[in-house]
Amino acid sequence: MSTPLAGLETGTELPAQTYTVTRADLVRYAGASGDRNPIHWSDRVATSVGLPGVIAHGMYTLALAARALDTWAGGPGRVRELGCKFTKPVVVPDDEHGVEVVVRGTVKNVTDEGVQIALEVTCGDQKVLGMPKAVLGV
Amino acid sequence: MTVEASLAGRTFPPTEPYVVTRERLVEFAHATGSTYDGGAAPATFPIVVAFGAMTALMEDPSVGISLHRVVHAEQRFTYTRPVVAGDELTATLTVDTLRQISGADIIGTRSEIVDAEGRPVCTAFATLMHRGEDA
Repeated sequence: MSTPLAGLETGTELPAQTYTVTRADLVRYAGASGDRNPIHWSDRVATSVGLPGVIAHGMYTLALAARALDTWAGGPGRVRELGCKFTKPVVVPDDEHGVEVVVRGTVKNVTDEGVQIALEVTCGDQKVLGMPKAVLGV
Repeated sequence: MTVEASLAGRTFPPTEPYVVTRERLVEFAHATGSTYDGGAAPATFPIVVAFGAMTALMEDPSVGISLHRVVHAEQRFTYTRPVVAGDELTATLTVDTLRQISGADIIGTRSEIVDAEGRPVCTAFATLMHRGEDA
């Protein structure tokens, strides 16, 4: 089955994906993932441990990167490798607007086994994931 | 306090089987803004199973971890195949590396996730940073 990945060349920049994250998203993710750490829903607890406010789960942000990969690949199930460091928190305000996370990707290498993609995940002007990268099967 | 030095190289018992249902995949996909199309699970879904193994490590009294001092520093997955509804998954966690840096324990873990037949599905590598009392 051919995918949008076929024919990609090293250096290709994939279309940036912009996602909005609200407190409601974090509550849903806490339920779906089982990670109910209160720093992801309570300002009181988050600030008591020195955070600027409630922050998104690192794995939520990585899940947004995976969502972008699925968009670029034309559907789920093609990710062979995915990883990152959790470097900066995504602070999510308690309002209806939330905060924007942008996922960008550049093709680093194309082989018979897959397409290696260097990701860049930003919130405002900050990179929130360290060295995020993925390999997609073609 | 620091974690028990003999932790490096230790393998923990497999987690209880996690039954992947369509409902759980729909819930996880919706929670991350995607839709579930009946096929492959979202790529980060195996964290749900790996999280069970990591929780068992962190709550084991012989290890010496205080849960509230733990930060998830790094996560990486390598997939043999996508997770699908109907899978029964277990995770077996091994502590690959243990380093001490300026009062913090850096714990490198590897959770091998297999299906009901014991066939590999995914390996989840997590680095956990455990801050000491003075760090």
